Amino acid sequence: MHLMYFTEQPMSAYPEQAGRDFGATALMLSNKHFDPVEGSRLYNNYIEQYMLAEEVGVDGIMLNEHHNAPFCMQAKANIFAALLAGMTKKAKIVMLGNPLPLAENPVRLAEELAMIDMISKGRLVSGFVRGGGQEQLATGVNPAFNRERFEEAHELVVRAWTQTGPFRFEGNHYQHRVVNPWAVPLQKPYPRVWVPGVISKETIIWAAQQRYPYIALNTSIEQTKKIWELYDSVAADVGYVGGPENRGYLIQVHVSDNEEKAIENARQFRWMQGEFTGLAHPVWSTPSGYGSPTARRAFVEFASGRASNPRGETSFEQQMADLRIIAGTPKTVVAKLKRILEETRPGILALWGNDGRVSQADSLTCIKLIGQEVFPAIREIAKSLDLKSPFEANAPVHLKYSTDLKPRKAAAAE
Amino acid sequence: MAGVDWTDSTVEAGGIKLHLKRAGPTAKKTRTIVVLHHETGTLDRLPFYDALAAHYDVLVPHHPGYSRSERPTWMRSVRDVAVVHRGLLSELKIKDAALVGLGFGGWIAAEMASMAPADLSHLVLVGAMGIKPPQGDILDLAITGYVDYARAGFHDQKAFDRVYGAEPSIDQLEMWDICREMSFRIAWKPYMYSQTLPHLLGAVRAPALVVWGDDDRVVPQSAAARYIEALPRAKLEIVKASGHCVDMEQPDALASLIVDFIGRE
Repeated sequence: MHLMYFTEQPMSAYPEQAGRDFGATALMLSNKHFDPVEGSRLYNNYIEQYMLAEEVGVDGIMLNEHHNAPFCMQAKANIFAALLAGMTKKAKIVMLGNPLPLAENPVRLAEELAMIDMISKGRLVSGFVRGGGQEQLATGVNPAFNRERFEEAHELVVRAWTQTGPFRFEGNHYQHRVVNPWAVPLQKPYPRVWVPGVISKETIIWAAQQRYPYIALNTSIEQTKKIWELYDSVAADVGYVGGPENRGYLIQVHVSDNEEKAIENARQFRWMQGEFTGLAHPVWSTPSGYGSPTARRAFVEFASGRASNPRGETSFEQQMADLRIIAGTPKTVVAKLKRILEETRPGILALWGNDGRVSQADSLTCIKLIGQEVFPAIREIAKSLDLKSPFEANAPVHLKYSTDLKPRKAAAAE
Repeated sequence: MAGVDWTDSTVEAGGIKLHLKRAGPTAKKTRTIVVLHHETGTLDRLPFYDALAAHYDVLVPHHPGYSRSERPTWMRSVRDVAVVHRGLLSELKIKDAALVGLGFGGWIAAEMASMAPADLSHLVLVGAMGIKPPQGDILDLAITGYVDYARAGFHDQKAFDRVYGAEPSIDQLEMWDICREMSFRIAWKPYMYSQTLPHLLGAVRAPALVVWGDDDRVVPQSAAARYIEALPRAKLEIVKASGHCVDMEQPDALASLIVDFIGRE
């Protein structure tokens, strides 16, 4: 079992009323409400949190990035990854992940990641994401080619990591006449790639085809099981058996030494007015061409205010009942997490410990309890359930490095 | 006008199946007018199309990737659309046509004119995109809701209600999303204009009529002056009490400007 700590790095010092008055807290909420003095304080708070997480023995620190919104202060995950590469000693630096389509130059990305891997002495896990719809708009990237750019940039990054240069890359979206980075990853064949996601079937299928672990982000137990059903079926098609080493799960868990206080702080998981990623106009979060064409009709109904969110909207209480938010003392939290582990059998687990305006003192307490009490108990449970991480299972980094393939469909193996 | 008889056909141009609506007199000497629709696609019937069909052989091709024409996944620019429509004219053996470009269609018309400067009879650009407005910016589809965007094309919201209904159907919303995706595929950056087009319009021989609604909130009127400057034989007409979609909001006024410009035949 690989156990990680995660925070969205909330910009908790923004004036909430400004967002309510504007009617949105993403993409277009003016950055006149961003106070860099508070920003400086918060970035340093987050460094303190990560250093404590390493000290109390987490296996990994999970990082991500978003743009133009108070729910996440990381505009470039590689910056924090580089800091942690130098400042920490043991924890894996797990990027979930770099939004590939936003890269205008994937070779630069490959270089940055290789540097992080070398500086950290081989502790990088280089996850990749498509980036949310509003990230495309915030960076001027065409949402209609999001998936094509994702797949093509992935190919270029992996080739830059593994193929001896100089070579030439002529793609549809990326053309590089001389690829020859003088920075290559320490880990061979290349750093592990994990792929997080929320809803797109296409991403689950793609991850399974690559044999990359898929990290389900805060899905319900039922949704998570459906994700593994699809993943395992694709895995069988290409010739391997999906298992815990292919499965990751991120869940919002706040731990405190006091039940009431834990629940009070856990309410902060809904601090962006109940939304996962801030209030946005639907056409910002799902620009045309970004989503699956099969969801087009349902989406336009929702976007025009004539149907409810196809992703569903649930209250704090409902999310607590569904175990999508867990809060309490280590004892209660471990009991609930045990149920999730038994039902969904992941080999990678990330606890999203603190959000919103939870104080730094309470955040540090949470991290300490996670590292000293929750994770040791989870490790025992994982052992009894035989939930092995990709590291413990020595899983291949990519399908093409597999030695155990028995493809159901011969042609799909390539 | 209700009596205008429109035919539907599918014409293959440049390997793409284009949906084509056509109506009007069929006598040999009748002037052919090609109407190029907005980036929101087109409805099947509009009073403006009928008004033109009373005088001319009117063709309304659906752009590749819009309305009822299939999407070529390879297409990357508005100039590609212009080339395909040029192919359509060749396929139909149409020479000396007049082009009427509406908004985004105006950009396509201007590109078509720049490609073969001597073979058009007339060029009409109505609230045309395609040139970077010297003042102001073209309204951004990507951050505007479907209905808000379509409504922004009208000065008087009652005119929008007459055309689309006060609450457009889900079919219409879905079509707007399909059209929007195609616009992103071919006009994302720079958004809705070409940096080279103004420099290429200097050779256009056809007389040009540049029309703008006096309350265009989609394409700033400053772009009209830029078109007038770039086209050697152009004049400007402003239509009162009209937004960007002059064809849908003031169809009779626009049709009479065009008939006066091209001539009755």
